[in-house]
Amino acid sequence: MAKYLLLKHYRGAPAPVNDVPMDQWTPEEVDAHMRYMSDFAARLEATGEFVDGQALSPEGTFVRYDGEGRPPVTDGPFAETKDLIAGWMVIDVETYERALELAGELSAAPGAGGRPIHEWLEVRPFYGVRATTTG
Amino acid sequence: MNESLLRELVPAVIGVLVRRGADFAAAEDAVQDALVEAVRAWPEDPPRDAKGWLVTVAWRKFLDAARADASRRRREELVEAEPVPDPVEAVDDTLALYFLCAHPSLTPASAVALTLRAVGGLTTRQIAQAYLVPEATMAQRISRAKRTVSGVRFDQPGDVATVLRVLYLVFNEGYSGDVDLAAEAIRLTRQLAARTDHEEVAGLLALMLLHHARRPARTGPDGRLVPLAEQDRSRWNTRLIAEGVDILQTALARDRLGEFQAQAAIAALHADAPTAEETDWVQIVEWYDELVRLTDSPVARLNRAVAVGEADGARAGLAALAGLDPALPRHAAVAAYLHERDGDPVTAARLYAEAARSAPNIPERDHLTRQAARLNAQLRS
Repeated sequence: MAKYLLLKHYRGAPAPVNDVPMDQWTPEEVDAHMRYMSDFAARLEATGEFVDGQALSPEGTFVRYDGEGRPPVTDGPFAETKDLIAGWMVIDVETYERALELAGELSAAPGAGGRPIHEWLEVRPFYGVRATTTG
Repeated sequence: MNESLLRELVPAVIGVLVRRGADFAAAEDAVQDALVEAVRAWPEDPPRDAKGWLVTVAWRKFLDAARADASRRRREELVEAEPVPDPVEAVDDTLALYFLCAHPSLTPASAVALTLRAVGGLTTRQIAQAYLVPEATMAQRISRAKRTVSGVRFDQPGDVATVLRVLYLVFNEGYSGDVDLAAEAIRLTRQLAARTDHEEVAGLLALMLLHHARRPARTGPDGRLVPLAEQDRSRWNTRLIAEGVDILQTALARDRLGEFQAQAAIAALHADAPTAEETDWVQIVEWYDELVRLTDSPVARLNRAVAVGEADGARAGLAALAGLDPALPRHAAVAAYLHERDGDPVTAARLYAEAARSAPNIPERDHLTRQAARLNAQLRS
């Protein structure tokens, strides 16, 4: 088993196909989306592939040490152009292919008009934990 | 084995050890060790006198630890030279522990953790689970807190207000895992109320009971938030409501109003209404006026604006909202609600979406997103 981090992005990824802000959906579409996400997590818990997941708030600041006795340098809140992470889920799966399969499935959560939102997800392996690469 | 009986004995046993000369941190450690021993030994061999058993074992654990620790040798000699006194029942050690754990030198987070362990008798593992942090992290936090207060005199009377704030923090954490912190906070506040004659302790207990009574109706099946007006009132716990109202009335009769009593009075008026429409908003506004007078809190002013909106119409609510800092938590959500009621769905939808972006938790964010979506869908059709 190997662990992968599925990163959801607010910005920074290519524009998704079904790119309508959530407050422009109907309440039923919002509900369907939420249900899809929680069903997905529940199913992975059942298969033993779910590790953890959290949503992150949109504010974020880069911080850097700026020398002895000086306050840290901060940059933020983020400007529009910067990448920002909306949340993450850690999965523990047999293969890299399985991680891709699950990320693809999560990305297909329904959005406006009940069509998949085609959200971009970043899949990152945990360092030092090798997955079996099949095929 | 009765785990809640064990937990209830913890503060008294710590108190006995401290009175016999152990310092607080060492006494607390020894009692935790004794608890572990009790969990192991009691199922097969239950003691006749549970507290006596715990005192004996904890004292032995303390002496073992003191002996093992060379730097404590001097204190050990001191302790052993003295005859061991009987427990002093006339002095309420539990109360002293409440004040010690809420000591101003502790951060609120440390005070909460220490209270849960020393007064509540929870294990480090249970507290860590409740706060979703690793056990080792919580162990560190607790031992640092214990070091901070280990020089503090045990019998100093503390500040009731600080103790109440700590208990309210515990209540508001409210995660329900292995240990339900809201229920735990109620248990501890009950204990405190039984030992002190203070109207604000009663006020806080009433407030907790009234909030807790409505909890089953506050979330829907998939964890979604159900606003007060839409809650199924048959799911409210009427026994807890009656008890809360009773405690509150006794406290109010003493005519020494404080912020917890005022908040409990507002909660009681909500709990008392058979339907949302029948809520006595005029009286609720009056209680918010008291709360604003007592605390001058901007959050109280914000909530007051909602109540004014219900009592005197949305326009009056918006007027009450004007002048408050828009950066206040939930300001946008309140403004959205009042604008919708004032017949301005365009502004309301925009504000709901804005409120969703800065919502403090996911159920609230989802709720606000749905509100925005609902209005936008209406506007399109």
